Amino acid sequence: MTKLKVSIVGCSGYVGGELLRLLLFHDQVEIQQITSERFLGKPASRTHPNLRGITKLNYTSINDLEKCDTLFLCLPHGVSSSSINYFASKASQIIDLSSDFRICDDTLYEKWYGKKRKSSKYLENFVYGIPELHRDKMVNASYISSAGCNATAVILALYPFFKEDLVEKLPVISEAKVGTSEGGNKFSMATHHPERTGSIRSYMPVLHRHTAEMVQELSFNSTSKIHFSATAIQMVRGVLATSHIFLKRDLEERDIWSLYRKYYLDERFIRIVKERQGIYRLPDPKILIGTNYCDIGFVKDPNSNRVVVISAIDNLMKGAAGQAVQAFNISNNIDEIKALEFPGFHII
Amino acid sequence: MMKTTCLICDGLLQFQKDTILNEIILCDDCGTELEVISIDPPKVAEAPMEEEDWGQ
Repeated sequence: MTKLKVSIVGCSGYVGGELLRLLLFHDQVEIQQITSERFLGKPASRTHPNLRGITKLNYTSINDLEKCDTLFLCLPHGVSSSSINYFASKASQIIDLSSDFRICDDTLYEKWYGKKRKSSKYLENFVYGIPELHRDKMVNASYISSAGCNATAVILALYPFFKEDLVEKLPVISEAKVGTSEGGNKFSMATHHPERTGSIRSYMPVLHRHTAEMVQELSFNSTSKIHFSATAIQMVRGVLATSHIFLKRDLEERDIWSLYRKYYLDERFIRIVKERQGIYRLPDPKILIGTNYCDIGFVKDPNSNRVVVISAIDNLMKGAAGQAVQAFNISNNIDEIKALEFPGFHII
Repeated sequence: MMKTTCLICDGLLQFQKDTILNEIILCDDCGTELEVISIDPPKVAEAPMEEEDWGQ
């Protein structure tokens, strides 16, 4: 069996580390290069100590990239698009994990990113990276843009409602409690342990950029109104999104079960979690750490048409590296759960 | 194999060959405990549940 040669650009960050961890155990992949300018020449284990003894790869420079089959780009926002010609010359497939190619509409991009896009070149070639929504387009796709973590949690939870035009023309309110790893591995006074530990930081009550993806993916006949807030809590990994939607007509909980079954029954990484007994009755990111699952639960308010939808993911997995590997598998006609089988820990 | 649906979530329930009357079965989807009240036609009723403290 010929293995696909892949390289990870910007591998020293948390998402790059997760990608490396997953791909080292992918039996149809050979990792050719990993890049980091900051850790040039250093071993991967310097930044990802969980990989000690597992790989001898050292960081190379982005300028020394060799040709390969697939490039995974884990770069700061704005960098992928500004160097896209260079990356496209190095690989027939690019999977970009930044936000550069997520938003198709320039106006929407400018509204949420507060600036004009540097380049729209290649934009139309990119497939938005949530496999459950765009699997057909992903097969044999050359360019995939992985979705934002918070966007993934909210979009997967609400997609069936918007797709079926069940949502009242009122704004949808979504609030996510998120892990601190969403902020990446750059530190500041605000991340200093005495300041950070124990705090509940409303770091983005409005204007979170992932809202653009939610609007893009959840708008069908008209532009959907979605308001999103994010709060960083005492958790390293994970997203728990709580979304409040008002339905056009009253539905029973059994109807909502049927709705989710219609869209997700055969999905291997989406689970409807709504149990009446036990400890984890509704989604909880704690038991999803390291997994590629998105757990979705809901409760219908018996006194109104409101449905509270709760979704949980690991932001570094289903919200980033795991989603990217799933998309890579699909696009290369590999079983999509390859390297993503880990079921998580209990207890942790 | 006899089939019916969960009273709570409409999930598919399949009686096994050896399913007996008054047996408690579990819905795979929502975890509700259901009592078999008829084999043919297949019927279930919600089994009495003990209230559990779910904490805060």
